[in-house]
Amino acid sequence: MVWWRRSKPPEPLPGRGARLTLLGALLLVVAPQTLDMPLPLGLYAMALILWRYQGERRGWALPGRAVRLGATLAGIAAVVGSYHSLFGREAGTALLTLMLCLKLLELRSLRDAMLVIFLGYFLVVAGFLYSQSPLAGGYLLFAALALTTALGALSHPNAARLRLGLYLRQAGLMLLQALPIMVLLFILFPRLGGPLWGLPNDAFKQGRTGLTDSLRLGQISDLVDSEAVAFRVDFDGPVPARNQLYWRGPVLWVTNGREWHPDEHTEGSIDILLDTEGPPVDYQVTLEPHGKRWIFALDLPTEWPVPYAMSEDRQLLARFPIQRAVQYRIRSYTHYRDTDLPDWQRRYATNLPRTLNRQATALGHRWVAEGLDPQQRVARALALFREQPYYYTRRPPIAGANPVDEFLFDSRRGFCEHYASAFAWLMRAAEVPTRIVIGYQGGELNPVNGALTVRQSDAHAWAEVYLQGRGWVRVDPTSVIPPERVEEGADQARFDDGERPEMGWASALLRGLRNQWDALDYRWQLWVIGYNQERQRALLRALGLDGLELRDLGLFLVGSVALLLATVAAWLGWRDRRRAGPLERIRRRLDQKLARAGAPRHPAEGPQALATRLALEHPRLAPAVGPLLAQYARLHYGPGASPEAVKALARAVATLHLPRAH
Amino acid sequence: MATQAAPQPARRWGHTTPAREVRLGLRRIYILPTRHGIHFALVLLAMLFGAINYVNSLAFALTFLLGGLLLVSILHTYRNLRGLTLRAGRHPSAFAGDPVHFHLSIDGGPGERLALRLGLDPSSQQLFDLPAAGVIELVQPVPSQHRGWLALPELTIETRYPLGLFRAWAYAQLDSQALIYPRPAPRGPLPEGGGEGQSGSAGRGSDDFVALRPFHSGDSLRHVHWKAEAREQGLQVKLFGGNRSRQLWLDWEGLPGLAVEPRLALLTRWVVEAEQQGLRYGLLLPGQRIPLGSGDGHRHRCLSALALYGGGR
Repeated sequence: MVWWRRSKPPEPLPGRGARLTLLGALLLVVAPQTLDMPLPLGLYAMALILWRYQGERRGWALPGRAVRLGATLAGIAAVVGSYHSLFGREAGTALLTLMLCLKLLELRSLRDAMLVIFLGYFLVVAGFLYSQSPLAGGYLLFAALALTTALGALSHPNAARLRLGLYLRQAGLMLLQALPIMVLLFILFPRLGGPLWGLPNDAFKQGRTGLTDSLRLGQISDLVDSEAVAFRVDFDGPVPARNQLYWRGPVLWVTNGREWHPDEHTEGSIDILLDTEGPPVDYQVTLEPHGKRWIFALDLPTEWPVPYAMSEDRQLLARFPIQRAVQYRIRSYTHYRDTDLPDWQRRYATNLPRTLNRQATALGHRWVAEGLDPQQRVARALALFREQPYYYTRRPPIAGANPVDEFLFDSRRGFCEHYASAFAWLMRAAEVPTRIVIGYQGGELNPVNGALTVRQSDAHAWAEVYLQGRGWVRVDPTSVIPPERVEEGADQARFDDGERPEMGWASALLRGLRNQWDALDYRWQLWVIGYNQERQRALLRALGLDGLELRDLGLFLVGSVALLLATVAAWLGWRDRRRAGPLERIRRRLDQKLARAGAPRHPAEGPQALATRLALEHPRLAPAVGPLLAQYARLHYGPGASPEAVKALARAVATLHLPRAH
Repeated sequence: MATQAAPQPARRWGHTTPAREVRLGLRRIYILPTRHGIHFALVLLAMLFGAINYVNSLAFALTFLLGGLLLVSILHTYRNLRGLTLRAGRHPSAFAGDPVHFHLSIDGGPGERLALRLGLDPSSQQLFDLPAAGVIELVQPVPSQHRGWLALPELTIETRYPLGLFRAWAYAQLDSQALIYPRPAPRGPLPEGGGEGQSGSAGRGSDDFVALRPFHSGDSLRHVHWKAEAREQGLQVKLFGGNRSRQLWLDWEGLPGLAVEPRLALLTRWVVEAEQQGLRYGLLLPGQRIPLGSGDGHRHRCLSALALYGGGR
């Protein structure tokens, strides 16, 4: 490891207590990290630390070169075996963790120990690439405290015994004093919009749940199990009725009978041609990253911020996949009339493969042959779902070769995706232009902060049909299933129209806690994780600092940090003075006054000697100061100074007025 | 000796004139990062680049928290030294070539001070803690080479507590002088009657007890009659007589032909031997005469005269 010549021997590693503190701190820091790693790797890392911990406690010697080499090779092999790489975010983090643990096997000098602690800090940062939840924020403070405590133990090599409490207090105090500096830098340090250089491919892979850009039967019912937040909404005005809360996402045009896909040609943005009715709904959405380009808005958005564009089928798209939480303000109208139907849309929206789901296709053809107009055909399909024994279930039977036929005429049990795709199939067969929209429906209003939380379990699929004169009309075939045919445990909230049955106190408490946590999480999202260039600009504007040049902002920052440091320094001085006791303070006060009067006390001069000298050299001052010095000597050297006498002397010294030196 | 540091216009940066007492304040304490501190700063820089690149708020937060910690640790490291008072102890003495042990005390003032290091140079520091409002007595060994006065060299007191990222240090030039005796010549016989007044029965030696007389300063403590002291009869000295008891004059002129330093070395040896044997001895140097006597005070007087012969070296 050493590539330069050392001029002096390395400082030895401090005693066992300090080493155990170091290992304990590392254990606490590394343990949460191993949760993100494959099990064998995590266990290997923890085993290495525990081995050294036991070794220190029992006085085992450090392992030899062969063992170290073997352990290192095994670690690298394990990383490569798990990730097929040594680079990238996940492999890199795992490698860092293992190197840190392996370094413990050759901990020989103070330098090694410090290196391990610095790597530990770095590892904490690497962990934030996986999660930035409020829990991760708590982990930040905890890890910093543990590692800083270890630094304290290491820099006290002459300790007769381990004074863990002292190092812990000292580390806590220093971190507390560093906290205002952190807040200041966090707010004011100039934020850039994007990365400085390229990121590894897996930089943002987080095993995210969320909608994909196609509909395959059985897909959304997986999402229903996930309580992860998809996005949160703050409405400016009242929250629209629950049956209007359709959060529009990708629009699907193309089907092969089993799956639905978006059309690749619909990306060009359009000018809005829309007749709106009713009042607009204004709101702000905080969208969790989902790695896709679309953003969600209430059906149907009319105004949106600049970086987003609307496609021809009225999806809002970002320019790049959403890899970080974003916020946007939208205006939507829940009632609208969309009149335009270009030729290509009519062609796409009625296209069906002929080779499968023939029964369903035939049913659609029959409705046309019966001479029903398009609106009646829609009503006919909905009546089918409502009146025939169709059930809504989270666990539908697995689809075979003709999924729509099987659902419509055989199992009659399905999830929203079954209803949406079967409905769309029937409509297209009946020559009504139809497309499928996927997104979210509903959401949960948090009474703590008034925000609507939309979770992955709110994922939904519905259809839009084009009716002459009315344009694209949203039809949600799932919504016509009567509540008694909704299977127990399925997301009944979607059907009971927001009314909840009476809850027991335990579930009420749980719900309350969940709401509190969710509100905290939202605030955290807004102000900590989501604090970015735009937010910084807005805040600076609000603080009146937006006119500052970068250089002036830097000066302001440096000045503020210096001010905070001066406060800490003053506090440290104050603490020492307070500890010094009242007599020491009296002496200092008197020293100050004498110095200002041009008769400073000599460093080693006691009260008697000073009084004698003053009488000789400064007869002007002696009458006033002499008695005070005598009293000071009595209190300081005599037995049992009473607090009253000390206070009286302090008052006398405080009110002492000496002529200034010229 | 001076009890105060007289301000002098021309002094080396950071170094002050000697004083019996040095209090470490703002103007005396220097502080710079250690090598570990520089490594830590580099790690922080890497973390900052990572935070910027990944636009990761918590990475920013930890980087800034640790940056703040680094800055705050400057103040705490400084505080660990501030207000310490170093005081010179009594003036020591030693033979040239032996280490001389300077005594000094450090007064902590309020608050505990941990992991302080004191020494002449970083390679030979002693490490110690100072309890709150405590005083610690330390011995600082200094190698001596030549006879004469040896001033306590400038001491460096430093600390890296609480994080080891910064090193605060101060120079303390304490006014403490050691008297370095000449290095004694190798063991050899005492001169036979190295001067006047060698006597037989009338003289006092160390062999046979003769009588008690009151203690005079300069008497050897080993001749004090402690039992009499215990009976509160005052300090009495036992007088010895006998054939081998003698008075010894150690005479510079009795060693013609020797150069100055070997001559002093031989005289030093004789003083040591004479004192060890409990003789009464005197010293004759050019222009200086130390009358007969014995005891530690007398020995020191003789050795001092030898150390400072010709103004020291």
